[in-house]
Amino acid sequence: MRAWLYRLAAVGVLGAAVAAWAVDPTQLADPKLQARYEALTHELRCMQCQNESLADSPVDLAADLRREVRDMLLAGKSDDQVRGWMAARYGDFILFRPRYSLRNAWLWGAPALLLSIGALVCWRVVRQRTALLAADPESPEEDGRS
Amino acid sequence: MNRFLLPLGAFLLLAVVLAIGIRHAPDKGVIASPLLGRPAPQFALPDLTQPARLVRSVDLKGHWYLFNVWGTWCGECRAEHETLLRVQRAGLVPLIGLDWKDDASEARAWLAQFGNPYQAVAVDASGRVAIDWGVYGAPETFLVDPRGIVVYKHVGALTDAVWSQEILPRVGAARPGKS
Repeated sequence: MRAWLYRLAAVGVLGAAVAAWAVDPTQLADPKLQARYEALTHELRCMQCQNESLADSPVDLAADLRREVRDMLLAGKSDDQVRGWMAARYGDFILFRPRYSLRNAWLWGAPALLLSIGALVCWRVVRQRTALLAADPESPEEDGRS
Repeated sequence: MNRFLLPLGAFLLLAVVLAIGIRHAPDKGVIASPLLGRPAPQFALPDLTQPARLVRSVDLKGHWYLFNVWGTWCGECRAEHETLLRVQRAGLVPLIGLDWKDDASEARAWLAQFGNPYQAVAVDASGRVAIDWGVYGAPETFLVDPRGIVVYKHVGALTDAVWSQEILPRVGAARPGKS
């Protein structure tokens, strides 16, 4: 009996949480547009809460920006046009997925660069060690220590 | 010696890069506006005090003006109000208000009660013009030059310090003789 009560309470809490997440009731008639709408509102930042997407934010400004996204999609704008429109007003900061640009190219390139530097260092160390080992008349195995 | 040169060099390079980053970091929470150096967004909205009239950005060309986004629901706007009144009394740069998603009668009551520092207040009931200006919270204040270019943006309550250190020098530098 008690276990059942707990289960019921858990379901209730879960249901309430799901209801709380349904910030955006927007439903577009065209399922393709709806999918693009949902994708876009999830990758645009709510400028007021900053770590939430437009889709998840309950604040007024997020609702206004979702309305703009919806209107632009209904007007036949492409995803990139919507992103560009947002970035022209709020800067690249509004895009959760940063765009490539000359200014941040070094940032995109940095991991590959650092990885190749690491690989180079690794290769040199290994080569030096092998050379040392080859030059050493007593190999470590015969050392008796290990 | 040579052994330590490379790590030391790498460390110094990293230190320099981080130091530049720290020095140029904007105030926490303030996002640089992409509008700076670009033409101010166009608008034509009803006037708060004379709803039959329009406040239009085209009419503002040829003069410096401060574009101040506010609302009666915004606590910080009350905090900056005294500064706005002083700016108005200084008579150097007219204030154009944008009453953002607000109740117009409450906004009129606010100006009647606390004083009206604005040359004109545009009513942005839908919030579309505020979005065009990249506004993400009130108050925000933009300085627009006579060519209609946004030259400065302040996020948060306008203070006397911001007025005298950020806005006046920009306006003064552009028109010597009048400071």
